[in-house]
Amino acid sequence: MKPNRIQLCSQWLFERFPLNKLWNEHMAHYYAPKNFNLWYFFGSVALLVLVNQLVTGILLTMNYKPDAKLAFDSVEYIMRDVNWGWLVRYMHSTGASAFFIVVYLHMFRGLMYGSFKQPRELVWILGMLLFVALMAESFMGYLLPWGQMSYWGAQVIISLFSAIPVIGDDLALWIRGDYVVSDATLNRFFAFHVIAVPLVLIFLVVLHLVALHELGSNNPDGIEIKKIKASVETEFHPYHKRSQLADYQLLPVDGIPLHPYYTVKDIVGVAIFLLFFAGIIFYAPEMGGYFLEPANFIPADPLKTPEHIAPVWYFTPFYAILRAVPFKFAGVIAMGGSIGVLFLLPWLDRSPVKSIRYRGGIFKKALLIFVISFVSLGYLGTQPATANAVIAARIFSTFYFSFFLLMPIYTSWEKTKPVPERLTVQPTWEQRIPVIKAIFAEMISSIEIQNAEGQITKRYKLNPQGISKVFIRLAKNIKASLE
Amino acid sequence: MINEDVDTSKRQFLTTALTVVGAVGTGYLAVPFLSQMQPSAKAMAAGAPVEIDISKMETGQLLRVAWRGKPVWVLHRTPEVLATLSTLEDQLLDPSSNESQQPVSSKNPVRSIKPDIFIAVGLCTHLGCSPTFRPEIAPHDLGEKWKGGFFCPCHGSWFDLAGRVYKSVPAPSNLEIPPYRYITDTQIIIGEDTEEKKV
Repeated sequence: MKPNRIQLCSQWLFERFPLNKLWNEHMAHYYAPKNFNLWYFFGSVALLVLVNQLVTGILLTMNYKPDAKLAFDSVEYIMRDVNWGWLVRYMHSTGASAFFIVVYLHMFRGLMYGSFKQPRELVWILGMLLFVALMAESFMGYLLPWGQMSYWGAQVIISLFSAIPVIGDDLALWIRGDYVVSDATLNRFFAFHVIAVPLVLIFLVVLHLVALHELGSNNPDGIEIKKIKASVETEFHPYHKRSQLADYQLLPVDGIPLHPYYTVKDIVGVAIFLLFFAGIIFYAPEMGGYFLEPANFIPADPLKTPEHIAPVWYFTPFYAILRAVPFKFAGVIAMGGSIGVLFLLPWLDRSPVKSIRYRGGIFKKALLIFVISFVSLGYLGTQPATANAVIAARIFSTFYFSFFLLMPIYTSWEKTKPVPERLTVQPTWEQRIPVIKAIFAEMISSIEIQNAEGQITKRYKLNPQGISKVFIRLAKNIKASLE
Repeated sequence: MINEDVDTSKRQFLTTALTVVGAVGTGYLAVPFLSQMQPSAKAMAAGAPVEIDISKMETGQLLRVAWRGKPVWVLHRTPEVLATLSTLEDQLLDPSSNESQQPVSSKNPVRSIKPDIFIAVGLCTHLGCSPTFRPEIAPHDLGEKWKGGFFCPCHGSWFDLAGRVYKSVPAPSNLEIPPYRYITDTQIIIGEDTEEKKV
């Protein structure tokens, strides 16, 4: 058969650029475990948010002015006078918070299923570098509106560097480019926020994915799918386009190609994410002062700190740790250490088992305490530094660090469960529906009432006994799952 | 390719030499690149002294002025405040200001040239927030021990009305006192030391 024009064109291209090879290596013939659950959406969603930030960011720079005299007004100009400016700005500011929500969930997934463990240490470290770059990016972006919170937030964070002995003061001066946070600081933060850090982020994303695709993804069972392989001929495998593969090629039995199986699945995740994202942009873009703080609608005043200053929510856990320590340099070390310790995670965990499904109760309890501490520190960081709040922050900071620093001890005590050879099959949502229906039936009792005309109507009433039974069962299940 | 006649030691020498020259060149280029982020000549020149008039200040009043872009406080202290200051010493980290920044003329327990007029840079020595002026005694939110002073809302540092830091708060030293001198009884110039006048 004579090749048509499209085939000729693609042939011309593939001889010059290995587009088909790249596509196959990372999409069509990249085998991912077939048991990914809800937690595995957040990686691709994070990528989507990054694209959102890049596109809306470029649009914002078209009207924003990085000048201490003009910056605040230019943001208000974008909000009021630029066509759809409010939408682009809210997409960008909400996107920043969404980025951190998604990234925190993505990191928690890694913690739960042991994705950071050998052999994926570098995937984790590159991810942590991404997290640090993301924190730098959002911190510098927060200065740009030049509101009160922008100004004093930057003042506090830059002063952190001055706590370093000997070089500290000169370093802080070099970062600010002036004796106080000023126009020079704003201008350079703009340059970093718009050019330098985004380039680093994109570069690190590429490295993160290359390292991941070299090893293949972890999964909720924490089993290496590459251990059990079969040839296309022997294994039934409905998932592969046989024509594209060599007959001798061995493929992971429990793997399915990323494209189309997970690309299609991720579209569902993306759609659900966009639903929430749009909901926040349109109905609560400031999120009650958590995404955009009230004090930031007042222009920066170098003479007056707002009565109550708190960083944006995604920094508050680390900020609470900083405040919990009564000495300046020690506080900065503790705050830096709370992020730095995460880098060491692959070497702190001594358990031979990856996934929480087969780990001992001690790790599950430790993880639960860690999550409670992290969320509580996050809350305390938004509150004023009263004596009680500081004491609570000290307790939770101790738990936070204990989770990591005691990990080599408690994970070596851990009694693990046997890990299966092959991936396990969890009940699907359809299979769970009858169980959920039964629980509802237990909690709600119905009474049939005959009215004057003889019609029978059903009345539904909450059944207190049933509800208490359900809750006792739930509590027992939670207790059992922690052991 | 024939490798037999290659002098690998010469090749190694050339590789090393090129690496060293390259590193030195990069080092030289780093100097202007890093140095251009230092404060510019214009920023360094913008530290002009500020003149203020205190003739209209009432006792207990706090005046905020900007000097080098920083907030500077001028506080007219009442006799009661001055009496309280001397009773606080055991609660303070550095009551005699040995570890703190101030001109020699202000290195005394009340940390000022004239006891009733207190002047300080209004930035917390912890992380640079501007503390709030809280002259009231034992307010609801700060508790019984509060004898009037400056409270940093950012990280909860306590300072008394002489800018002296309390014990076990994050701030490591007393508030900075800028150089200043009296031109007349009611006119102060901030940014020039009393010693400089004699010179």
